[in-house]
Amino acid sequence: MKNQIQEKSEKKWKGGLLELFWSFFKIGLFTFGGGYAMIPLIQKEAVESKKWISDDDILEIIAIAESTPGPIAINSATFVGYRVRGFWGSFFATLGVVMPSFLIILTIAFVLKEFQSIAVVKYAFWGIRAGVLALIFKAVVNMYKKSKKNLFSHIVMFSAFFIVAFFNVNVIFVIIGCALAGLISALVAERRAKK
Amino acid sequence: MIYLTLFWTFFKIGLFTFGGGYAMIPLIQDAVFTNNWITGEEFINFIAVSESTPGPFAINMATYVGSQVAGADGVFAGILGAGCATLGVVTPSFVIILLVAKCFDKFRNHKIVAGCMKGLKPAVVGLIAAAMLSIGKTVLFPNGFSWEVFTNAPIYLSLAIFAIMTVLAFKKTHPIVIVCISAVIGITVGLLLPLPIV
Repeated sequence: MKNQIQEKSEKKWKGGLLELFWSFFKIGLFTFGGGYAMIPLIQKEAVESKKWISDDDILEIIAIAESTPGPIAINSATFVGYRVRGFWGSFFATLGVVMPSFLIILTIAFVLKEFQSIAVVKYAFWGIRAGVLALIFKAVVNMYKKSKKNLFSHIVMFSAFFIVAFFNVNVIFVIIGCALAGLISALVAERRAKK
Repeated sequence: MIYLTLFWTFFKIGLFTFGGGYAMIPLIQDAVFTNNWITGEEFINFIAVSESTPGPFAINMATYVGSQVAGADGVFAGILGAGCATLGVVTPSFVIILLVAKCFDKFRNHKIVAGCMKGLKPAVVGLIAAAMLSIGKTVLFPNGFSWEVFTNAPIYLSLAIFAIMTVLAFKKTHPIVIVCISAVIGITVGLLLPLPIV
């Protein structure tokens, strides 16, 4: 009797908790750079191999990641986990995606401390810092290319830049301010359209 | 309580980052510098480490900062600090996704959410540009701005590395390759020229 109930409840779910944990552990382990770099891996694991979600769900995940705060990795792990097995599904998927980075970085953090005083390592990081600047420069250019090119976007973009670059203002306040500006502008546009 | 501070600081970072990846840099920068947790150079070094290790940038950053800040009191404290910071950065997304997972279409198309997004998307571009300016200052003027810097070689060498890596980056070279090449150039320059580095 008890077994039957268990079987039934298991049929309702598409996968086990450990399976979810392990899949997302692998996704976390093989994604470099984070962000959208994770999407193809999720697609391969959760759509093609495990059939937990569909390709449409992947598009939904991208839309979710864009309109909710937080890292895309966490957003998508929580979302897929929830679809597969509810709350505990999202818990184990998120734990899985976090674990590899956490363990690897923890190890590196302690090693890095020991190595940072060596001259060769210092030289290497001196060069690397200029390289990182190039990586961020590319990211800014790409994001600008993808963003909307209307007057409102430009005003928000440049105000956010100037306020943070030249005044000592908490970034969180700037983010809240920009969200409010977007909201007001959208409401004004709506009212105009009604007239 | 350093653990609570770490959790709360990274909770706010998780809550106010939209877009992921580099979008988190301005917020983390703001938090670690106001608290004097790590130096500008350490911060940039770690961006490179994070690019060359697996996993989401946000988790890497939280784990690293947490372990550095609390790690002064020993290995166990470091692990606990890393745990608190990571838990902090994960919790907001986790809770919000659980809340909206059931009625996501309604949420996304809601006019308040759509309106806020209209302002948030361009804001993120501006904020990362501001972070880049600050990182550029640390790279080119590690000891603060002065005209004297222009009479020495390091700034021109840094600019040269920046220029080469920008070309490579736009040719879609993988970030890890860029980090490695920059490291090799750095070591070569450092061994050949007596640079007053770091």
